[in-house]
Amino acid sequence: MTETTASPVFVPPTRFAVPGRIAVSNRTAAVWQTATLTEIRRETPHAATFRFAVPAWAGHLPGQHLMLRLTAGDGYTAQRHYSLASAPDDEGHVELTLDHVEGGEVSGWFHTRARPGDRVEVRGPLSGFFAWPGDRPALLIGAGSGVVPLMSMVRHRRARALDVPLRLLVSARGPEELIYAREYGAETTPVFTRRGPAGAPVGRLGAAHLRPVFEELPAGGWEAYVCGSNAFAEHASRLLVAAGQPVDRIRIERFG
Amino acid sequence: MNVTRGFTGRARVDNPGLPPGQYDAGDDWPVLSAEVTPDLSPADWTFRIDGLVREPRTWGWDEAHTLPESAYEGDIHCVTSWSKFGVRFGGVSLDAFLDAVGVHASATHAVAYAHTGYTTNLPLADLTGGRAWIAWEYDGKPLAAEHGGPARLLVPHLYFWKSAKWIAGLSLLDHDEPGFWEQNGYHERGNPWEEQRYSGD
Repeated sequence: MTETTASPVFVPPTRFAVPGRIAVSNRTAAVWQTATLTEIRRETPHAATFRFAVPAWAGHLPGQHLMLRLTAGDGYTAQRHYSLASAPDDEGHVELTLDHVEGGEVSGWFHTRARPGDRVEVRGPLSGFFAWPGDRPALLIGAGSGVVPLMSMVRHRRARALDVPLRLLVSARGPEELIYAREYGAETTPVFTRRGPAGAPVGRLGAAHLRPVFEELPAGGWEAYVCGSNAFAEHASRLLVAAGQPVDRIRIERFG
Repeated sequence: MNVTRGFTGRARVDNPGLPPGQYDAGDDWPVLSAEVTPDLSPADWTFRIDGLVREPRTWGWDEAHTLPESAYEGDIHCVTSWSKFGVRFGGVSLDAFLDAVGVHASATHAVAYAHTGYTTNLPLADLTGGRAWIAWEYDGKPLAAEHGGPARLLVPHLYFWKSAKWIAGLSLLDHDEPGFWEQNGYHERGNPWEEQRYSGD
């Protein structure tokens, strides 16, 4: 891995996170491919997972995203970036988990019109910055559908039976809004902000959630991945810095 | 054309200011920085121009504010597909800074670098001629930290990842050198009107 600095003179007072650690193929990024919807699974009242067959998919790393495009009969198109939810496989399948955004023209189509057999277009995978190849101990912090790229990492670690340490802190308003609730194991701590299961604490992600994670600091420390709304990302990244996480090892993906 | 069954999309707007593939974000202004928002006060902010210039120079906050004020009123476009209309930034034209250091004729490109270490590359021609600013006000108020305050680069005719937040300097070069997102597959220029999102577009 090489790190490049633009200026020979300037040394930033706070180091930025290291550059993305994987080479991105410009060919796969440039080409639109047809993706055929094969399955829809409901996750929560507001989120569902959409599975696609993309036969020429070049493969991806957990944490990467794609661009998806819908085209109307008059040629109008709408395109959005979506994180990949599925672990890499070699069979040309990818999964996205989408919130039903109020008034969202793309998520609205998925949640009200889409059915297996429908075809959309995708390009990607895109960006290596938020990718996790499974090499370093990973501390994952997500809120709402911000858990999607993090779940790809959890699934990847399981699928490959990696023994690299991984912890997931996932924040949701309540248990019924916790995406992938049935899939979590000992690596995951859910944080419920409005309503919890009987007897469970309710409240915002705080220093107390991070303390045990930093008490069991793995060799070489954690690589932190934060995903969620901007407000959540700001909050979580400040907690991480306060807990001693080096600022150049915090990778942030914000909705938008 | 691959028509998506059942997709109609939002109501069509006849908006000649909207580049292809973009939508109007309205009042939203999403924040998409990949790094922790730095705790940088105006007193700690500096802006430097070096590389292929006669006299490299570093400005502090007060010095930079002695340069003639200049405002941008118009639109901004993010590669993730949102555009924001009618924004108002205040600051200083980058031309004023470049005039002060004397740009060598051999300079063709620049790498903009931030106080966080973020970098992005631009052709020098996109930074001159009244098309780029160092901006420290938004809507008449100090630019918020999450949007790049105390001061950010503003190059509104390119996708907004080129407008480096927490701007610390420019290095002028005689060649193009990819910055942070450009090393991650994004386009070297990023012209929204030609939809130059990713390398190869």
